[in-house]
Amino acid sequence: MTFETKLEIFQGPLDLLLHLVKINEIDISDIPIATITDQYLQYLDLMRALDINVAGEFLVMASTLMHLKSKMLLPRQVQDLEEIEELKEEILRPLREYLLLQEAASHLASRDILYRDVFKRGSEINGRQGFEEDISAERVNLYDLMDAFRKVIKRRYPGVVIKFRAQAWSVKKKMVEIMRQLRGKRNAYFTDLFSGDSSVLELIATFLALLELVKNGSIAVFQEKVGSDIKLEALNTSPIR
Amino acid sequence: MDNSLKLIVESLLFAASEPLTPRQIHALLPEEDLKEIKDVLEDLKKDYEGMKRSFLIREVAKGYQFRTLPRFRPYISKMLSTTPSRLTRAALETLAIIAYRQPIIRQEIERLRGVDVGGILRMLLKKGLIRILGRKSLPGRPIIYGTTGKFLEFFDLKDLSSLPTLKEMEELGDEEVGQ
Repeated sequence: MTFETKLEIFQGPLDLLLHLVKINEIDISDIPIATITDQYLQYLDLMRALDINVAGEFLVMASTLMHLKSKMLLPRQVQDLEEIEELKEEILRPLREYLLLQEAASHLASRDILYRDVFKRGSEINGRQGFEEDISAERVNLYDLMDAFRKVIKRRYPGVVIKFRAQAWSVKKKMVEIMRQLRGKRNAYFTDLFSGDSSVLELIATFLALLELVKNGSIAVFQEKVGSDIKLEALNTSPIR
Repeated sequence: MDNSLKLIVESLLFAASEPLTPRQIHALLPEEDLKEIKDVLEDLKKDYEGMKRSFLIREVAKGYQFRTLPRFRPYISKMLSTTPSRLTRAALETLAIIAYRQPIIRQEIERLRGVDVGGILRMLLKKGLIRILGRKSLPGRPIIYGTTGKFLEFFDLKDLSSLPTLKEMEELGDEEVGQ
């Protein structure tokens, strides 16, 4: 049996790099390449283990990082230094651009948006009005969720390596179970979801189910600060496709 | 100032659900001077600001439109019981790229975001927030994208130049880090 879940990733390698910069509390201009490369590859492994479709862009970034790391480990000559700087720029330039872009996106989200904050005349009562912008559901991104999941696994099964093929637990059933669990509650947390699970495979099924639910807009996830427990909220809105 | 023109323009704004540009109003009142219409619009705008009502005349998408103040959002949302459709972070980022870098082709957007944006572009086109401006004379004749008037209307923007520049954004970001 194989997993049927195909998670589409809208967050690319740059999001992953920024996530690593954030959790390591480092400055973009001063990234410890070796550490970041290792962590980046660990995430790729975890994504593969979870059967998340790792797109080509992730591998391109991985190879650039590894190339840079190997260059930095070797004894250096003058021309190498130049090449190292160039390679570094290859990673940092898009990262800086991306950071700026995220700020631009946040600015848009903070404006007085029509049908969310302000209304014009002639709006139909009980009608469908354009759209309401909702970014709360993704304020915690895929990598934050993966991080939280790694913590759960680590605590329960120290030293375990996630490698699996068989599916003993149904992701679909878990999705239904999670929704049932959340409906009754005001405050539910990420770690609560896993309290009943007894095996690594069940944990994984629960996690994949959660990712699916976040992706299809059934659940919104929030976090007070980086590393704190993630809060879950069932949404009543029907996401449009 | 001709008071009756002011009231005519006010009535047009009141009855319209879309933003009205001075030009559109001028087309309806060809005997009036365009400059005068613009003055009257600004005058009306100030009037409503001074009245401290629950709504204002806002300049959006190069036109003028009556809009409620943000703080009345909960009541109106309840009345309209809007079915919220969602604009995700990914969609917002894509919109931001197009808004700042238009005219722009898909490959360039994907280079900046680092992921495929085909699905998002289709969704934004469907919602009318972006449009196809043409094709670039490059191999494969890639499609060029830009934002629409609806984009300006949705994000409460007078025109594209009222977006903060990326340079300003950078300085804003620096301040936040510094605090």
